[in-house]
Amino acid sequence: MATLTQEKQAVIIKFAGDSGDGMQLTGGLFTDDTAISGSDLATFPDFPAEIRAPIGTLAGVSGFQLHFGSERIYTPGDRFDVLVAMNAAALKSNISNVRKGGTIIINEDGFDSKNLRLAKYDEDKNPLDDNTLEGFEAIKIPVTKLTREAISESTLGTKEKDRCKNMFVLGFLLWRYSRSMDTTTKFLNAKFKNKPEILDANQKALMAGYNLADTMEVSNDRYLVKAAKLAPGKYRSIMGNDALVLGLITASKKLGVPLFYGSYPITPASSILHSLSKYKNFGVRTFQAEDEIAAVSSAIGASYGGSLGITGTSGPGLALKGEAMGLAVMLELPLVVIDVQRGGPSTGLPTKTEQSDLLQALYGRNGECPMPVIASSKPSDCFEVAMEACRIAVQHMTPVVLLSDGFIANGAEPWRFPKASDIPEMKASFAKQDENSEQFMPYQRDEKLARQWAIPGTPGLLHRVGGIEKEDVTGNISYDPANHEHMVKTRERKVEMIADYIPEQKIESGHESGDLLLLGWGSTYGVCEAVTNSLTKLGYSVGHAHLRYLRPFPRNLGELMKRFDKIVIPEINNGQLVKVIRDKYLLPAIPFNKIQGTPIAHEELFDFALNLVDKG
Amino acid sequence: MAIESNPNGVPYTLKAKDFATDQDVRWCPGCGDYSILKQVQTTLADLGKQPHETVFVSGIGCSSRFPYYMETYGMHSIHGRAPAFASGLKIANPNLSVWVITGDGDGLSIGGNHFIHLLRRNFDLNLLLFNNQIYGLTKGQYSPTSEENKRTPSTPYGSIDHPVNPIALALGSDATFVARSMDRDPKHLKDMLARADAHRGTSFLEIYQNCNIFNDGAFEVFTEKSSKPETALLLESGQPLVFGLENEKGIRLDCFTPVVVDLNKDGFTKDDLWVHDDSDQLKANILARFFDNPAVNPSALPRPFGVFYQTQRPCYEEMLHQQLNAVVENLGEGDLDKMLAGGSTWEIK
Repeated sequence: MATLTQEKQAVIIKFAGDSGDGMQLTGGLFTDDTAISGSDLATFPDFPAEIRAPIGTLAGVSGFQLHFGSERIYTPGDRFDVLVAMNAAALKSNISNVRKGGTIIINEDGFDSKNLRLAKYDEDKNPLDDNTLEGFEAIKIPVTKLTREAISESTLGTKEKDRCKNMFVLGFLLWRYSRSMDTTTKFLNAKFKNKPEILDANQKALMAGYNLADTMEVSNDRYLVKAAKLAPGKYRSIMGNDALVLGLITASKKLGVPLFYGSYPITPASSILHSLSKYKNFGVRTFQAEDEIAAVSSAIGASYGGSLGITGTSGPGLALKGEAMGLAVMLELPLVVIDVQRGGPSTGLPTKTEQSDLLQALYGRNGECPMPVIASSKPSDCFEVAMEACRIAVQHMTPVVLLSDGFIANGAEPWRFPKASDIPEMKASFAKQDENSEQFMPYQRDEKLARQWAIPGTPGLLHRVGGIEKEDVTGNISYDPANHEHMVKTRERKVEMIADYIPEQKIESGHESGDLLLLGWGSTYGVCEAVTNSLTKLGYSVGHAHLRYLRPFPRNLGELMKRFDKIVIPEINNGQLVKVIRDKYLLPAIPFNKIQGTPIAHEELFDFALNLVDKG
Repeated sequence: MAIESNPNGVPYTLKAKDFATDQDVRWCPGCGDYSILKQVQTTLADLGKQPHETVFVSGIGCSSRFPYYMETYGMHSIHGRAPAFASGLKIANPNLSVWVITGDGDGLSIGGNHFIHLLRRNFDLNLLLFNNQIYGLTKGQYSPTSEENKRTPSTPYGSIDHPVNPIALALGSDATFVARSMDRDPKHLKDMLARADAHRGTSFLEIYQNCNIFNDGAFEVFTEKSSKPETALLLESGQPLVFGLENEKGIRLDCFTPVVVDLNKDGFTKDDLWVHDDSDQLKANILARFFDNPAVNPSALPRPFGVFYQTQRPCYEEMLHQQLNAVVENLGEGDLDKMLAGGSTWEIK
C-alpha cells in the first residue's frame, strides 16, 4: 500500500499513560521536535501529585497535551485529534475528550484483567472489544510485547526493558508526522552517554516504533504539519519556569546587581530553584532555606546587603511569607516574590493550575501593605515579566509579587529569543556618603517616592531599619498618629505612582471598542486571543485586553474598558480580578469562571461570549 | 586600635560611646539588657570594629530592640527570623561583622527552627541569646526556657512545659562555638563576646539576663556573690573544673558520670579532676547537662559558664562563594546570549 501524506493545519495530541510510563518525556521530546520543525505550538502537561500513584489506577494517569500547527496556536486545544493510551486507565480518563473520528493509539498490553479492574472497567467487558472505540480510528499495538522483542538481545532486566516502551510510541508518532529521529537520537545520546546499554535499548525501541508505523497496514497514512508563519528570527522552545529564570538572570546582569534566590521546594515552583542553581557562572547565589519564611527572609537579608533578593513559591508558601513581605514593605527594599499558583486553598491541587492567589497577592498581609503585582501570560512572557519585576523592585525600592501558574510554568511554546545587546541596560544605584550632610536620612525619597538603597559596608550611611513604624525622612521609630497616617499614604502613593513608569494598556487583538471586551490576566491569554479571533471573524466587535500590571493598573484602563458595552473577565478561579475591577471602577464586569484545575477551553468561553454578544 | 576616619579624613580611636546611637534606650530601668548593651559597645570598641562594617540583626522581643541602640547598621526584623535575614546578608556580603540578637522566646520558640539551621550551616556570625526565662514584651508569660511549674498570666496553675536546654540544643545542632555568660559579670561577658567574635563560624553565646519586672532574680543563685561560688562553674580550657568559695570543690569524671568532690575532705587532688577541654564535643555534651535547677534539687551540679565547645568547620558563605568561583573558573563567565539560546534553536527567515 502506498503511503499517502496528508497536510494538516493543526493537530492536538494527548499522550496518556501511567505516571511511570514516561509520558511527560515522550510529550516533551515530541514537542522539541515539533518546535524545530517550525510549527507553532502550545503544551499542557497534566500529572498527578503523587510521584508514583498506584500503578494502573485512574489516579495514576499522567498526561501531556500538545497542540501544534502551521497557523498561530494560542491554547493546548480542547478536543484531541490523537490520543495515545498506554493503559486502560489512560483510555478511560481521556476518551471523552477525543474528537469524533479522532485517532486512538492503544497499547493493547495495558488492558489485561488487572489493568481493567484498576481502571474500573468491567473485567469481562474489555473496551477494546466492545463498542467503546466506535466512531474512532483505533490503532491497537502490543507496545510492551513489541518493545521487549525489539530489544530481546539486551541484558537489561524486564523492568528496564519495559521503560523503553515510551520510545517505541515516540518512534511511531515521529514517522506518522513525517519527522526524522534525529532530534530524539541526539537527546538520547546526550542523556545516556555513560549508560551504553540503556542508550542502545532506547534507540532500538525508537527505531522499532518508527519502522512499525512505516510498515503497519492499518495506519500507513502520514501527516505533515508545515511550519507556521512566525515572525522571522531565531527561535527556541521555552517553558514558563525556565523563562522566569532567564529573565531573572538577565535582569541581574543588566542591573549589575548579583542575584540571590532563597527558596523552599514547592510544586510547581521548584524547577526555578533547580534551574537557577545551574547558572552559578552568572554569579547566581541560590539558597535552599529551611522553610518558606526563611526563604523570603534570607532574600530580604540579601537585598539589604546589596543583592537582588528573590524568592519563589506557590500559594501555601505565599501565605507563610506574608509577614516578611510586610517587613519588606516597611524596609522599602527591593524584593521579588514569585508565586507559581496552583489549586487551593490549603494543599489544594498541587499539580493543577489555578489563578488562585490574585487576592492574596494584593491583600493577603496584615496592615495597609501595598505591593506591586504583575503577572505573566504565557511561557515566553515570563522572561519579560521577570525582568520587569526586578526593574520595578530595584528602581522603586519595593517588594514586587510576580504571579505565574502551573499551566504557564510547565507549558512550552516557541520563543523568538532576544539578543542580549538588544535588551536595554537597567539602572540600579546604591547610596553614597554625602560629605555635605551631617547625618544620613534613610527615608528621604526621590521623585518616584523611592528611598535610597543604602547597604551595610558603606561609610557614612549608618542607620537602622525595622518593622516598627518609621518617622518620615529620619526612619527613627515613631508612634506618632499623624506620622503613621502619612507613612501609610506615602507607601501607597509610591506603589500607585509606578503607573507613571509602565506602558498604557493596549488592546491585544480584535476591536478597539465595541460590544464586548475580554479582559484577562495570566494564563487565560491564549484562550482569550483565540476566542476574540473566532468572534471577530464572525463579525462581532470584540476586543481582548490582557493585564500584565495588576497593581497598579495601567493609567488608561478605566477609559479603555468604557469603550465597550460589556466586559467579561475569564478566570481560572471563583472570580478575583472581577472583584477588584468592580471595586475600583464601579463597572458591571461579568465573571466567567472555571475552577477545575485545567485551563479554560476555547468552546467554553466562546459559547459564553457568543451568547452575550448575541443578546446584544 | 580602632581606626575610623572622621568627615575630615582624620583617623581617631573609637570609644564605647561611639557605638551608641542618639536614640533613648527604652528598656525598663534595672533591666539586664543595659549591661549587655554596655559590654557589647565596649567590646566592639576594644576590638577595633568599624561601625559601617558591623550589622546587628534582631527579631522581636525586648532584646531585639538592641539594634536601635547601636551606632552601626541594623535591622529589627520579624519574630524569630533574624537568623534567616542574617544568612542572606552574609551571603550577599561575607565581609560584614554580623551580630544576631535574640531572646529565649524569639530564638527558641517561634524561631527554634531557624536557630537549628543557622548553627548547622555555620555562617560566620555571632548569635547572642539573651535568656531571661520569661516573655517580657508581652507582659510575663512563661517562655520555653522557664522552669517547670512556673506561675504566669498564661499559667495560673503552674506551667507544665519542660524547659529547653539552649546549650544542649546548640551542641545538638552541631554548633562550632557554644558558650554561656551572664549580665552581672561584665568582665566575663566581655571576654566571651571577644571570643565569640574571634571564632570563625556561628558563635552561639547564651547570656543569662535578669528581667527585673516579670522574672526578677531568675538567675540570682548563679550571679549573686553569696551563692555564685557554690552554684557557678567557670570553665577555662586546660584548667580543672573547680568551684566553691575557696575553689575547694571539684568535678571528677567517674566513667561518664560527673561527681562533685571536696578537695579538702575526699582525698582527691586537682590532678584527679576533670580538666576542661573546649575541643572535646563529647564532654561538652556532659557539661551541657549540668542543668538541674538548684531551687528544686539542692545537690544540683554547678551551672557552667564559659566556652563549652569550639571547633573549626568551613563557613556556609565561604563555601558558597568558593563553589561559585569554581564554576566560573570551570565554565567561564556566563554568556547571556548563549544562555538565552539554550540547547537547540531554529531560524525562521
